[in-house]
Amino acid sequence: MSHLADLFVRTRAENRAALIGYLPAGFPNQEMSIKVIKAMIEGGVDAVEIGFPYSDPVMDGPIIQEAAETARAAGITMKKTLEVVREVATTGAPTLMMTYWNPIDRYGVERYAEDFHAAGMEGVITPDLTIEEADEWLGLTDRLGMHPIFVVAPSTADERLKLVADRCSGFIYAASTMGVTGARTTVSSAASTLVERLRKITDTPVCVGLGVSNGEQAAEVAKYADGVIVGSAFVKAVLANPEDPLPGVRAVAEDLARGVRNR
Amino acid sequence: MTKIAAPPFVPAALPEPITSSEAIDGHFGPYGGRFVPEALISALDELERIYNAAKVDPAFIAELAELNATYVGRPSILTEAHNFSKACGGARILLKREDLNHTGSHKINNVIGQALITKRMGKKRIIAETGAGQHGVAAATAAALMGFECVVYMGAEDIRRQSLNVARMKLLGAEVVPVTSGSQTLKDALNEAMRDWVTNVATTHYLLGTVAGPHPFPSMVRDFHSVIGIEAREQVLALTGKLPDAVLACVGGGSNAIGIFHRFISDPSVRLIGLEAGGDGIETGRHASSISGGTSGVLHGSRTYVLQDEDGQTIESHSISAGLDYPGVGPEHAYLKDMGRAEYRSVTDAQAMEAFALLSRTEGIIPAIETAHALYGAMVLGRELGPDATILINLSGRGDKDVQTAAAWFGIEL
Repeated sequence: MSHLADLFVRTRAENRAALIGYLPAGFPNQEMSIKVIKAMIEGGVDAVEIGFPYSDPVMDGPIIQEAAETARAAGITMKKTLEVVREVATTGAPTLMMTYWNPIDRYGVERYAEDFHAAGMEGVITPDLTIEEADEWLGLTDRLGMHPIFVVAPSTADERLKLVADRCSGFIYAASTMGVTGARTTVSSAASTLVERLRKITDTPVCVGLGVSNGEQAAEVAKYADGVIVGSAFVKAVLANPEDPLPGVRAVAEDLARGVRNR
Repeated sequence: MTKIAAPPFVPAALPEPITSSEAIDGHFGPYGGRFVPEALISALDELERIYNAAKVDPAFIAELAELNATYVGRPSILTEAHNFSKACGGARILLKREDLNHTGSHKINNVIGQALITKRMGKKRIIAETGAGQHGVAAATAAALMGFECVVYMGAEDIRRQSLNVARMKLLGAEVVPVTSGSQTLKDALNEAMRDWVTNVATTHYLLGTVAGPHPFPSMVRDFHSVIGIEAREQVLALTGKLPDAVLACVGGGSNAIGIFHRFISDPSVRLIGLEAGGDGIETGRHASSISGGTSGVLHGSRTYVLQDEDGQTIESHSISAGLDYPGVGPEHAYLKDMGRAEYRSVTDAQAMEAFALLSRTEGIIPAIETAHALYGAMVLGRELGPDATILINLSGRGDKDVQTAAAWFGIEL
């Protein structure tokens, strides 16, 4: 069983939601990004999504765009991202990636799956890969025993929701709202409706992302979802104190970790 | 100067597939498709459904033909460029005058079509990306005509070099949002428009301005522009009694090119040549020639030729022409290139400006700098083919918007 599958068995037994933390690889630089992710895990993040900073991130709001640009300016590459994945996977925390499709396409889909799987990556969230374009990818994730994770949205029609959900493994990424990444003052009520719709058609765990930034919001989402995904809040914590980001990052993780246990 | 007016364009239906490059399941061979956030799929499905119904609906076809005839100014005329011909090895040069359309370029053809589709979808807000500002002006125009709210995303760099069009959009009532991310040009304006669309898709139609993006945009935008080639083919036959030897058009995203190419695809004797922006020259790396100098990848929702590095990061394009300054190209062009049905060549900034000046001086027509790339292509091709050849050029836009850039290039004090 993968660490990721194991995580949801554990969180269900503990009657809590999982906390999944996102950070772009190489932000603010390669070495520090590994330290930040380790601080996230120390603070209570259960699973990690490592983003690949891409030049045209149409799903991302200003905070993650800025982080991606910083990481690219500091010299992040796919090769260096592979090192970040390998290093983070040694912690034993489920290690995932989230990336736009073109970098995988360019690296070579099969080579990517094999290299990164060998480095300890258990699954990949692919926000702009539609299931219609995913045949080769699903063949590879199946062969290697990796988790393909697709994103569904409040606008996803019922029949399509089933099609996409059936192709996810590990968990389903439910976008809480129609929009891009970034902190919001409230988590849209569309999220609970979407999770409810998913519950009727699948037993795969459902994690909710987009807009969650503090423990209070995490607790709200934890009432109905198997996991809470947080990204921009960690990036903000790094930006708030770039010289010494780790205490701030740990504090954000601790707050969120309390939230996911406070159903 | 001979001007030939074609009879008014009153189609029985929008053009049926006449080409082996027609999309199957949204794909042109390996290109095209949909690489977008799931949040947009239902909107793309709705757009496809409504467009497919509209294009065979006599009421829609009649409404579009009426607006084309009474608002856009179709059919656009064909002008024979006797003087410019001398710079083209004496070849016969025919200009399809899309510059004479309302708003000054071919862009209005697509905009009017999509605005009618927007009405059918019951949406009241349109968003658009623009490079040179031609599509933004066309979109703002249609929004004014049909009472839509209109937001245009435009790179901050492009706002600087196309200030006249920015003023036009504002006069037409559109909001122009400067995009300061990335290279601050067309590609980043497209990213920002996509972000707006993901957020506001329930109320908003993304009026995409070229034959790129996710299915059904490349096919739908192509269909609305195919009127250019349909008219031009008739006009050339009426004037010369035969088909042209070659059809030339500039290619950024590729909408004016696909518009004039499409009707000729099933005429094997007619060479189809797209002229890409070569910037400082392909060998310098500072260019916008996605087909001549790019590789297969995914950008802005479809698979196509892309300027990218070894990690799949988009390489910023460079061109004096804001409208061609784009690191991707429509997927149908990628397929036409691979099929060998169309050829693509690259024209540098300096070469384009040479043709820009020459057409202005010899014919009294100031072309858009985008279009000047196609004109330079004709100067080279005409010398290759000789005086017996007939070359049809899509004169896709007029150069009023480029006066500042051209004045700076030629050292004219304003």
